[in-house]
Amino acid sequence: MNSLIALGASTLDRIAALGRAAAVLYGAIIAKPTPIKSIPLTLKQIHVVGVQSLLIIVVSGLFIGMVMALQAYTVLVSYGAEDSLGPMVALSLLRELGPVVTALLFAGRAGSALTAEIGLMKATEQLSSLEMMAIDPLRRVIAPRFWAGVISMPLLATIFSTVGIMGGHIVGVDWLGVDSGSYWSIMQATVDFDQDIVNGIIKSVVFAIVVTWIAVFRGYDATPTSEGISHATTKTVVHSSLAVLGLDFVLTALMFGTY
Amino acid sequence: MNDLVTINNLYFSRGDRPIYEGVSLQIPKGKTVAIMGPSGIGKTTLLRLIGGQIKPDSGDILFKGESIPSMSRQKLYKARRQMSMLFQSGALFTDMSVFDNIAFPLREHTNLSESLIRLMVLMKLQSVGLRGAATLMPNELSGGMARRAALARAIALDPELILYDEPFAGQDPISMGVLVKLIKELNDALNLTSLVVTHDVTEVMSIADYVYILADKHIIGSGTPAEIRQSDSTLVQQFLQGNADGPVPFHYPANDIEQDLLLTGAVR
Repeated sequence: MNSLIALGASTLDRIAALGRAAAVLYGAIIAKPTPIKSIPLTLKQIHVVGVQSLLIIVVSGLFIGMVMALQAYTVLVSYGAEDSLGPMVALSLLRELGPVVTALLFAGRAGSALTAEIGLMKATEQLSSLEMMAIDPLRRVIAPRFWAGVISMPLLATIFSTVGIMGGHIVGVDWLGVDSGSYWSIMQATVDFDQDIVNGIIKSVVFAIVVTWIAVFRGYDATPTSEGISHATTKTVVHSSLAVLGLDFVLTALMFGTY
Repeated sequence: MNDLVTINNLYFSRGDRPIYEGVSLQIPKGKTVAIMGPSGIGKTTLLRLIGGQIKPDSGDILFKGESIPSMSRQKLYKARRQMSMLFQSGALFTDMSVFDNIAFPLREHTNLSESLIRLMVLMKLQSVGLRGAATLMPNELSGGMARRAALARAIALDPELILYDEPFAGQDPISMGVLVKLIKELNDALNLTSLVVTHDVTEVMSIADYVYILADKHIIGSGTPAEIRQSDSTLVQQFLQGNADGPVPFHYPANDIEQDLLLTGAVR
C-alpha cells in the first residue's frame, strides 16, 4: 500500500514538474518581441553555448567520421563495395550521428553549464533581484538562453556532419585508398536533400528545443543550494540524453519507417 | 493617508507550516521602520510578500493604498519600480562590473543617454563611497563593499521604498557602521521610506523610527525604540537581551526526552 502511495506521489510530482516546465517555456517565449534588447542578449548567449562548443563538436565529428570510415571499409571491402564508403559515412552522419551525438555533447557541454548558471543565479538571489527590479527573469535570463540553444544546435550538428564526412575522406581516401571521385560522386548521387539533410536538420531542431528546454528549466527550478544545483545539473544531462535517444527512435520511425 | 505600506491581518503558510497568523503593521512615509525577530521566522518572507513575489493566504498588503496581492502583473511591475530591495547577499549580477550593475536598472527602465547614465551611476556610487570601485567585478569586492554596491543599485531609480533584508548580517563592525550611516543618510537625503528586516538589535535601534518585533507568527511588540526598551513583555525582553531560554524556547519542539532516549534506534 505504501509503495502504491509513493508511486502516486512521485507521479504527481513529475506531472507537476512538467506543468512548471511548460509554464517556464510559455513565460519565456510567448512574449512581445523586444528585438532591440533581446537580440544582443541572444547573440551573447549564442557565443557562450554555440561558439564555445565548436571545438568539442569539430574534434568529435572528425574522429567519428574517421572511425566510421575505418569500420565501414573493413566490411565493404570484403564485398568489393568500398566505393560506397562515401554514402555510407554521409548517410549515417546526416541521418543519425550528426544530430544525436551533437545533442548529447551539447547536453554535456552547454546544457549542464546553462543549468548550473541559472541555478546559481537563483541561489544568489539574482533572479529575485531582477523580479524586484520589475524585470521578468523568464524573458531576460531564460528566453535568450533558450533561443541561443535552439539556434546553435542545428548549426553545430551541420558542422559535425560536415567535419565527419571530411574525416571519412581522410581515412577512406587518403589512407585506405578509396577513389576520391567515387567517394564524392556516389555520395552526391545517393544523398537526397529532403530525405536526408532536411530530416537530419529537423531532428536536430527537435533535440535542440528539448535539450535547451530541459537545461533552462532544471536551472530555474533548482533548489537554491549547492546540493540542489548539483542535482539539477545531473538531471539535465541524464534527462536530456534519454530524451534525445528516445525521441531519435520516434523521429526515425516517423521519417524512415514507412515501408 | 500617511502610510506607504499597510499590512492588514496577514496569514501566510508554507506547506503545512504557518508563518504568519494575523500580522498587521503600518510603514509610514519617510520613516525608517525596523522589523526584528529571531532567525527562521520568515522575516524575508515578509519582504517578498510586500514585493509581490509570493501571495498571502489571506489578508491584504497595501502599497500606496493599492492591494499588492490582487494587482495584475503589469501593475505589479509598475509598483515594483517604486520600490527596491537590498538582498542579503547583495545579489549583484556576477557577469557585469559594478558600474554596469548600477547602470542596469537605468538602462532597462529609462531611455537616458549613455553619458547621462554614466553621470547618474557615478553619483550613486559616490554616495556609497565606491566611485573608485566602478570598474571592479563583483567577485573582487569584499562583503561590505558588495552590499554597498547593491545599495547603490537599489537607489539607482530613486525608489520610494527600500526593503533591506538583513543588511548587517555577517558584516565586520566597520562596514556595519558604514551601512547604518548609509541607511540613515539615504533615508533622510532622498526622502525614502525604509523597511529594515534584521536581528541586529543595537544597530537598528539606533536608526529606526519605529520597531516591530515579530516572533511566533505574531507581532509581539511595537513602538519607538525607546518604548520597545521599556516594554514589559518577557518575550520582547528576551529578544533584546539575547537570553538563550525564555518564552522563545531553547529546544526545538520534540517528544519527551525520556521517551526519546528509551526508544533507542527508533527516533522519529
